[in-house]
Amino acid sequence: MSPDAPLLQVADLDVHYGSRRSRTQALHGASLDVFRGETVGIIGETGSGKSTLARAAVGLISVSGGSVTIGGEVVTGFSDRKWRDFRRRGVVQLVFQDPLRSLDPDNTIGASLAEPLILQGRASRSEIADVIRTHLARVRLDEDVLDRLPGELSGGQRQRVAVARALVTGPELVILDEPVSALDSANRVQVLEILADLRASGVALVFISHDLGSVAGITDRVAVLYQGSVVEVDVTDAIVNRPQHDYTRLLVGSAPTLATGSLDRARRDELRSLVGAP
Amino acid sequence: MADDDIVLSLRDVTITNTADGAHLVRGVDLTLRRGAVLGIVGESGSGKTLTCRAVLGILPPRFEVSGGEIDLLGEDVAGLSARDWQRLRGTEITAVFQDPASYLNPSIRVGKQIAEVVRVKKRVSRKAAQAEALALLDAVRLRNPARVYDQYPHELSGGMLQRVLIATAVALDPQILIADEATTALDVTVQAEILDLLLELKERTGLSLIVVSHDLAVVAQLCDEVLVMRGGEIVERGRTDDILFDPQHEYTRLLIDEHNRYGLDRFLTLGTVPDEMKELTGVA
Repeated sequence: MSPDAPLLQVADLDVHYGSRRSRTQALHGASLDVFRGETVGIIGETGSGKSTLARAAVGLISVSGGSVTIGGEVVTGFSDRKWRDFRRRGVVQLVFQDPLRSLDPDNTIGASLAEPLILQGRASRSEIADVIRTHLARVRLDEDVLDRLPGELSGGQRQRVAVARALVTGPELVILDEPVSALDSANRVQVLEILADLRASGVALVFISHDLGSVAGITDRVAVLYQGSVVEVDVTDAIVNRPQHDYTRLLVGSAPTLATGSLDRARRDELRSLVGAP
Repeated sequence: MADDDIVLSLRDVTITNTADGAHLVRGVDLTLRRGAVLGIVGESGSGKTLTCRAVLGILPPRFEVSGGEIDLLGEDVAGLSARDWQRLRGTEITAVFQDPASYLNPSIRVGKQIAEVVRVKKRVSRKAAQAEALALLDAVRLRNPARVYDQYPHELSGGMLQRVLIATAVALDPQILIADEATTALDVTVQAEILDLLLELKERTGLSLIVVSHDLAVVAQLCDEVLVMRGGEIVERGRTDDILFDPQHEYTRLLIDEHNRYGLDRFLTLGTVPDEMKELTGVA
């Protein structure tokens, strides 16, 4: 793989849900490149296909068209076995909105964090302990959480554990699906600060959210997903301040801000009719 | 002396949980004028929803207005019987809340539910009520009113359901509408649609609005005047611009600061906004 090729390349991806009789298309030719060390936000509202895109990228759901390439390797069409081997290498990791669903409720935090490393079977027990300690510090958790169960932690602590678990294998890419949406504002800040640290450390991040405000502060570029397609990708400042696509304009113009004062309803109505909002 | 222009006034209102004697709302004063939009901002536990429920005569069991006075359209609500409330609620004062689905019957088509309200309260024929329900679904800007009329609640999106609830709320031409976290659960573009709709209804019908939210920005965009509530009391009140640009209370400052830190505000480069964006966002 050449050094300037994208780390993650999603090309013309189609995903359908449902049986043959009632099929709905969740992704329509969605395309996105993520380069090494870059942080890309994916912004979309309910039904835009953002979670589908994340899951399809790591092989959790099957695609009906297009391709996904990770680190130069075309992963679309992988058998289950190949996916298992690929995931075990830990090149790409996924963090969900609700960490209770990604952490085994009966496993201690320590066991959950060790598991990806044990599966790789390369590190000794003391090496694993070192890696876990390092990553707990990265997500600003004390070591006394190691003996606790997920249910004994707060939502913010659990999400930080989920991030640490995604990091222990030293991934090149971490995809985060609404990582701060379920958190209150204090915990949201803390997780956003941790993600900002991660971004500075050089790991590539894909940060999926419905909220442009949370994403804007820590991303290099933002992709706007609408009705299953990426309608605009640009550097974050351009998306916020010089949006080109009508839907992006509507999205930015709909965000409640303190600075904007009274809303320009007429302009929004016009944009709604242009994008065909339901 | 009665001021005809005032549709609702609260004077020194205290709301008490009679089970433990806790005063959950203390000394609340507010005045709502005809055609005005009043905002109430506060987090959960601030007393904003209890205040609204007292105004609507729907306090939870064991809660009571233990002090002060609520004057609704010239009547002191303390003297209202259950029958009086039936005459006022829905007809003169009404509300929409965060979770629209829970206010609709899941097994009855939505159009029929609105028509039934119109038929019973306005004492019109079934046919006239149906026509009116259809007109209401059109008035809340549902794209295909005739289709929505025949749909069940579970077939509609959150934004569509909230439009249906608003249609039901304004069916009897009320004078006051309370929107309590009515857009909290919605996507940002849908939230803006609903807020735009409320303003449009206000302008068209002269409705007086109370908009309640935990989000200062939502309230600020809609309201002429804002009350900030915390721990059962109003900690700050004033014209929206004064509250936003010259907040006096530290809690109000905290709310603004939170927005500046996590909202979109800090990324909008207001000084260098191109003309088109100015036009779009209303930035002067």
